[in-house]
Amino acid sequence: MLTPEQIETKLDHILLQVQKPGRYVGGELNSITKDWNKAHTRVALVFPDVYDIGVSNVGLKILYDQINQRDDALAERAYAPWVDMEALMREHGIPLYALESKQPLACFDLIGFTLPYETLYTNTLNILDLAGIPVRSADRDETHPIIIAGGHSATNPEPMHAFIDAFAIGEGEEIIHDIINTIQKVKGLALTRSVSKSQRSKVNKDLRPSTFDREALLRELAQIPGVYVPKFYETTYLEDGTVAHTQPIIPEVPKLVNKRIVAKLPPPPVKFIVPNIEVVHNRVSVEIMRGCTRGCRFCQAGMITRPVRERSVQEVVDAADAAVRSTGFEELALMSLSSSDYTYVNELVDAISKRFEGRKLTVSLPSLRIESVSIDLMDKLKQHRSGGFTLAPEAASERMRRIINKFIPDEDIINTTRDIYTRGWKTIKLYFMIGHPSETIEDVQAIVYLCKRIIDEGRKAAGWKIKLNVGVSTFVPKPQTPFQWVACDTRENILEKQTLLKRQLLKDKNIKLSWTKPEDTLLEAWLTRGDRRMAEVIYSAWKNGAKFDAWDEAKKQEAWLSAFEEHGLDPAFYTHRQRRTDEVFPWEHITAAVRKNFLFQDFRQSLEGQIRVDCRLNCFACGILPTFANLRRENPGEGWKCPDVKSPATVTSNQVSVLSDQLPVVGD
Amino acid sequence: MRARITFTKQGALRYTGHLDLHRLWERAMRRADLPLSYSQGFHPQPKISIAAALPLGFSSRAEVVDVRFNEEISTEEIASRLKDNLPVNIKVTKVEGVDERAPALQTQVLSATYDVHLTEPVDKSDLTRKVGELMMSESLPRERRGKSYDLRPLIETLNVVTEANGKVSLRMTLSARDGATGRPEEVLNMLDIEPEYTSVERTRLIFQA
Repeated sequence: MLTPEQIETKLDHILLQVQKPGRYVGGELNSITKDWNKAHTRVALVFPDVYDIGVSNVGLKILYDQINQRDDALAERAYAPWVDMEALMREHGIPLYALESKQPLACFDLIGFTLPYETLYTNTLNILDLAGIPVRSADRDETHPIIIAGGHSATNPEPMHAFIDAFAIGEGEEIIHDIINTIQKVKGLALTRSVSKSQRSKVNKDLRPSTFDREALLRELAQIPGVYVPKFYETTYLEDGTVAHTQPIIPEVPKLVNKRIVAKLPPPPVKFIVPNIEVVHNRVSVEIMRGCTRGCRFCQAGMITRPVRERSVQEVVDAADAAVRSTGFEELALMSLSSSDYTYVNELVDAISKRFEGRKLTVSLPSLRIESVSIDLMDKLKQHRSGGFTLAPEAASERMRRIINKFIPDEDIINTTRDIYTRGWKTIKLYFMIGHPSETIEDVQAIVYLCKRIIDEGRKAAGWKIKLNVGVSTFVPKPQTPFQWVACDTRENILEKQTLLKRQLLKDKNIKLSWTKPEDTLLEAWLTRGDRRMAEVIYSAWKNGAKFDAWDEAKKQEAWLSAFEEHGLDPAFYTHRQRRTDEVFPWEHITAAVRKNFLFQDFRQSLEGQIRVDCRLNCFACGILPTFANLRRENPGEGWKCPDVKSPATVTSNQVSVLSDQLPVVGD
Repeated sequence: MRARITFTKQGALRYTGHLDLHRLWERAMRRADLPLSYSQGFHPQPKISIAAALPLGFSSRAEVVDVRFNEEISTEEIASRLKDNLPVNIKVTKVEGVDERAPALQTQVLSATYDVHLTEPVDKSDLTRKVGELMMSESLPRERRGKSYDLRPLIETLNVVTEANGKVSLRMTLSARDGATGRPEEVLNMLDIEPEYTSVERTRLIFQA
């Protein structure tokens, strides 16, 4: 294994041959380089996409801070090298290294991947390979780091089960410490135990982590609440190819892995990494609220990040101020899944505009509801109107908006958009989705009619210079949502719907249209819905050259289709099949604490066009409260938007269903 | 007020280009809470001007930037506020006040001195002979980006130096005037030295008196 000095020397020879060499050298303000030899546990945090995208990820930043605050551990960062750099690294024998110390990734105790979206899977394999670590979990031994992964894609970890040693399900703030403590406990034991000479000789003592019993460590990790170690579970299949069940093969591990949450959001990170080169998001992000109470049926984030927990206005404003001071960034993003639902959104906007007056700061407040109040909020933030105003109706007919549970009357959309144009914004961006359950071509046609009405009304009110940018993505039925039973639209249908939109909307030169290629949608659907057999498809696709699947440049289709063929699997089995109501999903043994029964009822209501209101107003007993009753009881009051839990119940997994029946159920 | 800041640019910062360096200074000023001036108009630009672009991959011991502030502020105050607000690979070595009406910094650069460290062993006498020949020639016609030019008048000095550790390096002063900028790689190329086996450091910028 190369030393950091050797890696740096080699880098100096090749860096001027690649685009944006600043991606590969670290040295950013607010990055933390700790003494390698003084840290007991060394963690490499990896965002498996290019630096320009990964460096501003807030999830990894939270973990970076959590770990580096410990005296006994260090955290460093790595990203996927772009293809030009990868080729040179392979040619010159440079293993993937962490940006802070330039230590090879293989020398860390733990490598943590974040997988916020599924199209990062092939990059994850590629990164392990570039680091000189066996890609398959089963091929790793005591000399290799433990590979963990988390993020929204871990909601269905099965397609990656062969490559990741352990998944962290849910929120990372606390579980990362449990994982590190467990590693220290087991490695501490390993140090005192006699290790065979043959094992020791394989290890470069200065660089490699200390030797330990990998199996024992994985067993210990599997007992941490929220940790899923796939090797201790086995999946069997029915004759029709669907899953019969996935169950533990050792007694110590739980049958059902429940996600972890934090009862109260910890102080947000403020010392963001300040890149020395231009990246995608040069901004401070402060999470104002986690979770969402709206219950849009297509939205995985809204289902899996429950319950809603808010930060106080004071905490948000102080954090934003500290973060702007420590980074010098010119943009502040107030992050949440639904800004309008933040209880004190008016107070927050007032406090932010007061605090940052005259400081040349652009403030973004994403995911606003389609109502005139949203325009008042944006007005107060004194934003440049050149930026455009973004709204996401998601569907264009009232029928469809009932089905997806994002109900807004057409008139509200027309009135709000007219008002936005009247008040000086020249551009409105609208986001729609096609391929929703039971969608007909009339529902797609409705997108055209609605957009034309919006721009006609806008012109009457504000003249001919106004613009409308329409983004149309394609619905993917995600695990752990009410739509998980639904089939994904076929390539032919998607193309037909997109052709209609292009033909009719692009006639107007002030309307811009963007859409997702069907290949990208289907790839996401295969990966998000896959079972354990999908792992071999991912492996073959990577071998066939698939990587950077989230990028337009990637030539993915052929690599993936031939991988399916190689393993005798039919892609349509995963994507174009309506699931039986009694089907066992590949992700059935993983839960975000939202009950399958709740999801199914919500799905049935959707078919009847019934809407469910904001669950701050009515609790629909999704399952969060019984699962986290103790946490809720210990944290009463406003921060957590579920009803208070008063009864001193002790909850075991058997009692969950009984208890949830006692909660107020409205609309069921 | 207008302040002139001399700074080093080393390590990882060698891979930060000219435009990104502008942005870096803007953010550093904001972090240091220094009252940076902006231009008027729809897209206000910070009043930061860097003397001469440093090629990507080069380190420097003496870059110079002019910055304008909305209010008077002592040079000591500027230096002390910047101290903890810069990435590790940039260090401020000097801050001085400059006459507001003085000509733009970029127009005042005459030449730049570079130390070229050779990472592969070389025959010193052979190199000295080549350098001698180069300096003796009347003209050195070259082509760069499809335009032909004469490199010779752009080389003011060129010497072979033995460093304290016994390694050989080249020290050169090249013209850095607008439209007449000598590039160290071009000189290295004439001496049959591969730029990828060198590390180049700019040691000095020479300005009009």
